[in-house]
Amino acid sequence: MSAAIEVHDLTRRFGTFTAVDAISFDVAEGEVFGFLGANGAGKTTAIKMLIGLLAPTSGDARVAGFDVMTQSEDVRRHIGYMSQRFSLYDDLTVRENIALFGGVYGLTDAAVRDRERALLEDLQLGHAADARVESLPLGWKQKLAFSVALLHEPSVIFLDEPTGGVDPITRRQFWEMIYAAANRGTTVFVTTHYLDEAEYCNRVSIMVDGRIAALGTPQELKQQFHERSLDEVFVRLARPDAGQQAGTMSAGSSPEESVSAPGPTPR
Amino acid sequence: MSSSDRPLVVDGLGKRFGETIALDAISFDVDRGEIFGLVGPDGGGKTTLFRILATLLLPDAGTARVLGHDVVQDMWAVRSRVGYMPGRFSLYPDLSVEENLEFFAAVFGTTLKEGRSIIEPIYRQIEPFKARRAGALSGGMKQKLALSCALVHRPDILLLDEPTTGVDAVSRREFWDLLDALKATGLPIVVSTPYMDEADRCDRVALVQQGRLLAIDAPSAIGDRFPRPLFAVRGRRLYAMIGALRSFPHASAVFPFGEVLHYSDTRTGEPSASIADELTAWLQGRGFTDAGVTPIRPGIEDAFMALMGAPREAAA
Repeated sequence: MSAAIEVHDLTRRFGTFTAVDAISFDVAEGEVFGFLGANGAGKTTAIKMLIGLLAPTSGDARVAGFDVMTQSEDVRRHIGYMSQRFSLYDDLTVRENIALFGGVYGLTDAAVRDRERALLEDLQLGHAADARVESLPLGWKQKLAFSVALLHEPSVIFLDEPTGGVDPITRRQFWEMIYAAANRGTTVFVTTHYLDEAEYCNRVSIMVDGRIAALGTPQELKQQFHERSLDEVFVRLARPDAGQQAGTMSAGSSPEESVSAPGPTPR
Repeated sequence: MSSSDRPLVVDGLGKRFGETIALDAISFDVDRGEIFGLVGPDGGGKTTLFRILATLLLPDAGTARVLGHDVVQDMWAVRSRVGYMPGRFSLYPDLSVEENLEFFAAVFGTTLKEGRSIIEPIYRQIEPFKARRAGALSGGMKQKLALSCALVHRPDILLLDEPTTGVDAVSRREFWDLLDALKATGLPIVVSTPYMDEADRCDRVALVQQGRLLAIDAPSAIGDRFPRPLFAVRGRRLYAMIGALRSFPHASAVFPFGEVLHYSDTRTGEPSASIADELTAWLQGRGFTDAGVTPIRPGIEDAFMALMGAPREAAA
């Protein structure tokens, strides 16, 4: 069985600045993989390459069995994507969003109707099927967005900070949906700023300055770094003054940020 | 100190937008040198409250006094003495770091030079980039610049609306270290956050949901409001164990909490140890041979989830 995501020396430079610096890792089918890092560590740039939206400078990656460089269309057909910033169309109803995304994913009308029925039932959203998405509470929106991103039964789903700003109960319900999807064999690639959520992942990687500074199960990382929680591991790895590393910065910002004045690097 | 001398006194504050009740008769006060946290999910009313306190929005009911001035009657007196950091990035992206600071200082009739000492610990961290456009800063640096801009006129109270949302764990810690330093000068600070772990860094917190304050207390005391015996459950197959625990006859609620599950039991009179033993045996009988059950003290997040209402069924 091949890995759902295979990444080899994947690199992206913007001018003289290396946003993603030769990262390599595999994600197994059905795995929940946490992709962590400080703001500006290169996570978003890496995800853009994995979903076929940004060409790597060098290295290669296969997602769902397809090369992200030469088969980006196939990659996009076989993945789902959801972020806190973009998920659904606010001024369309729940039903219209399902129909729209079903069409975008190339599902037949009959398939869309079947999935719609199942989705509304699973989420207990039948009463709100004809309500505009903007009228739903944020927690429902996020759960609906996740279900819509799975409409075409992708083999890999990318979740970019899916739980930002939602209440603690919804956050946990959302993770149960993630578990359920993984149980059905879907590979989940997720970023989060909540370190307790990282504990729910099978494995996590922590990106620092464009490189993968640590990768393993939450348990392994805590043992490796002799810390009691992943939060402590994260802070230790990502703390800017540790070992005078180049400063962290967001992809696309200019490179002088990494050549900071002596002392702690601003973030 | 009587409550009327306090730097912030909110009494019965209410605000509606059409049918929506954004704030429902909220009352609290904040002391000098106190960090008062408003903790809760988006859409709970936190931003509406901040906008009223910053005199940008009129309340429908109740009163709020900031530094002794009414936010409606004495709007201008309030405005000049408040440092307000809105939730959305509100600086001028085309101006440089230094130009933004000069601008905000000028609006309040002062200069960056005069305000320099108060912002020194923060500004020192962003000064190497003072010529950079604010729009090109990373998330953590933007927050530090926004805090500097809110402080440059030496306000007597600080209102921070979700200053750390979307900011990574390391930058969040650094930001809170800065707030501690400001608090030590006696500055009262009102700060909102959706991150429960940040509540522990406040002197007192209010849990906000749907326009109401569910509780106001010291962070350590909020956990004590959890009404039931609570346990941490460990084991290899956590996801499968969630379903099993929910079918236990005395289960009240089961939620994943990092590397463990939090299980609460409906039997409030039973000794914790005997519930733990019973549950362990029950799980082992269902094939979870490595299950471990330990009684724990509820934290603020447990309490919030209990106060939010009856646990809803998981959607999955």
